[in-house]
Amino acid sequence: MINNFLNFEWKQFFRSSYWQKNIALNILLAFLAIYFILMFLALGVSIYPLLKKQFPESDPLLLVNGALFYWFLGDLIMRFFLQKLPVMNIKPLLILPIKRRKVLNYVLGKSAISFFNFLPLFAIIPFGVILIFEDYSKTTAIVWMLLMYICTLIINFLNFIIEAKSAETELSFLPLIVLASLLFGLNYFEVIEFTSLLANGINAITENSILLLIPVAILTVLYYVNYKLLKTKLYVDGSLKVKADVAVTTDLAWTRRFGDIAPFLQLDLKLLWRNKRPRSSIFILIIGLLYGLFFYPNPIYKEWIPMFVFVGVFITGIFMINFGQFIPAWDSGYYKLLMSQNIKYKQYLNSKFSLMLISAIIMFVLSIPYVYFGWKILVIHFAAMVYNIGINSHVLLLGGSFNRKKIDLTQRAAFNYQGTGAVQWLIGFPLLLIPILLFYIPYKFINFEAGIATLIILGIIGIIFHQKIMNFITKKYINSKYKMISAFDQDN
Amino acid sequence: MIKAAQLSKIYNGTTVLGIEELEIIKGQSFGLVGNNGAGKTTFFNLLLDLIKPTTGQVVNNNIQVNTSEDWKPFTAAFIDESFLIGYLTPEEYFYFIGELRGLNKADVDTFLAQFEEIFNGEILGGKKYLRDLSKGNQKKAGIVAALIGNPEVIILDEPFANLDPTTQIRLKKLLKDLTVNSNATVLISSHDLGHITEVCERIVVLDKGVVVKDIKTSTETLKELEAYFSV
Repeated sequence: MINNFLNFEWKQFFRSSYWQKNIALNILLAFLAIYFILMFLALGVSIYPLLKKQFPESDPLLLVNGALFYWFLGDLIMRFFLQKLPVMNIKPLLILPIKRRKVLNYVLGKSAISFFNFLPLFAIIPFGVILIFEDYSKTTAIVWMLLMYICTLIINFLNFIIEAKSAETELSFLPLIVLASLLFGLNYFEVIEFTSLLANGINAITENSILLLIPVAILTVLYYVNYKLLKTKLYVDGSLKVKADVAVTTDLAWTRRFGDIAPFLQLDLKLLWRNKRPRSSIFILIIGLLYGLFFYPNPIYKEWIPMFVFVGVFITGIFMINFGQFIPAWDSGYYKLLMSQNIKYKQYLNSKFSLMLISAIIMFVLSIPYVYFGWKILVIHFAAMVYNIGINSHVLLLGGSFNRKKIDLTQRAAFNYQGTGAVQWLIGFPLLLIPILLFYIPYKFINFEAGIATLIILGIIGIIFHQKIMNFITKKYINSKYKMISAFDQDN
Repeated sequence: MIKAAQLSKIYNGTTVLGIEELEIIKGQSFGLVGNNGAGKTTFFNLLLDLIKPTTGQVVNNNIQVNTSEDWKPFTAAFIDESFLIGYLTPEEYFYFIGELRGLNKADVDTFLAQFEEIFNGEILGGKKYLRDLSKGNQKKAGIVAALIGNPEVIILDEPFANLDPTTQIRLKKLLKDLTVNSNATVLISSHDLGHITEVCERIVVLDKGVVVKDIKTSTETLKELEAYFSV
């Protein structure tokens, strides 16, 4: 039976048109995976000598244990955003003669061999091996390694419980952030010192290996809770069924002033607000707006002006990049309707353009307070906004005409709680990096003003030729009409 | 109204549709029957320029559909659920379609009033998005949307499937009235020989993409079709 399951997984992966069309993307992901593996390996190998050198008085193992609280917390947050419970298409299996127990155990068991659980091993094992060479007792080192792996699995299963709970409440990542900040805050202000509590616990276990049974017990309980949770959902009227939202009708009358693109603008706004996946690109706006706080207050970047261009393009363009790269796939579910209705392609595309334009302006206005960190930042943001409107928006629209990947807005595969992944961030890189280069060259050889002028002039050129560019883009879309329709018609 | 000439669609060497000559006159109610894979949906998709013909062309009211878009204002269709916008409420969907066809909200409301019976209180005013309606109700919404704005050509692919018996009977009446009152050209396909002989004046049977029968409906037609398909 397990053989069959594995076989299905294999086929699902390699037969999806996504895989076949995006080999380049997959290679990129593979490189990322290797990168992370090397990073963890480096961490595992170097942390012992580093700590020994920095704090010759202390025991490196105790120091590491003291920091584990932050490691676990970070791990949990990372997983929440990136890891999903691996669900096979369970529905067809329900009426086949397969024990539910088997299906559940398979799904849960498979999650244990995810990349997220492998990765820490690359740091844990080298560190453990070094411990043995550094004259710790063999049992201490082995128990420590085992304990770390059990903790990783505990986080693995804890994450699925949190995901399931927060999906029920429809609050997305809010509960996790609140919980994490609460734990962090309690620890930081020394109300409850989780750091030392956890460290003491781990030290106790490494000294007395029989205590290892406690984390094992915790792991078992978590597994069982997950099992129970999944089991209640294994009915077609449980979570396998799509939950119906209560519809709120709005007429968005104010969009009328945008003239003939109004119906499409209304449609786009509803698209953004009423579907999980695009809705997340609205929340990302908030994250994007705060992004500047990572860089501007930091004196390290003070002299590194091109970095500010990156932040500027990012802040004023974050919605544009997130939303724009999936034009027209957002409408893939009803593309045939749009193509057979009385619609001018140009109006449709202009509506998308307007949305991106408005978002860039709003983000610029909201980012004005950053002027606190210097007037140059305001100037850079303005230039970045003009560049985004004039160049990046058109590039995104043009890129859309090559879009052949369907987005199923209605699909909420069971237990699939988050709609977006790491991939979409990667696609944005050229859009962010090219303006840095365009700024950097004149900045380096002439001065700051020349760099700013380059961005603004390029942006204005794009805006002046907007109509011409749109005609060209529209033609591209019309040329690939049949291909898009047939691609959007396919599943996966 | 609609003329297809030398129309063919070939996928990987397999001919899924090959129509030498087919003309549908204005105001005719035209029925298409055939087993799975006979090319019914392919034909409709070609009429709507959703797929590219391998050879030949479709001319709708003197406009060749794959070279000009001017046929769109007077042509409406409901092929499958991909013609619905799932995250809109039915009202919003009707208003959207209405707007594309030059009707304001009040016009659409008046238009919808006549469908109260068919909607059976389950479509309008319910706090549900189209994606959350049952298959049958989705179909009702899609068919009604295709009728908004008095289009001259209406294309419905299997309109009777998934509908409850009451609605099937009402829909038949509706389609019959349509050709009589508004002189619209109605093209439907169906697997239900009874329904289609009741509604359509002319029935074309497709088999593996080829027209094998072209019948002017009479009292004998149902028997003739049943005899043909019971092989």
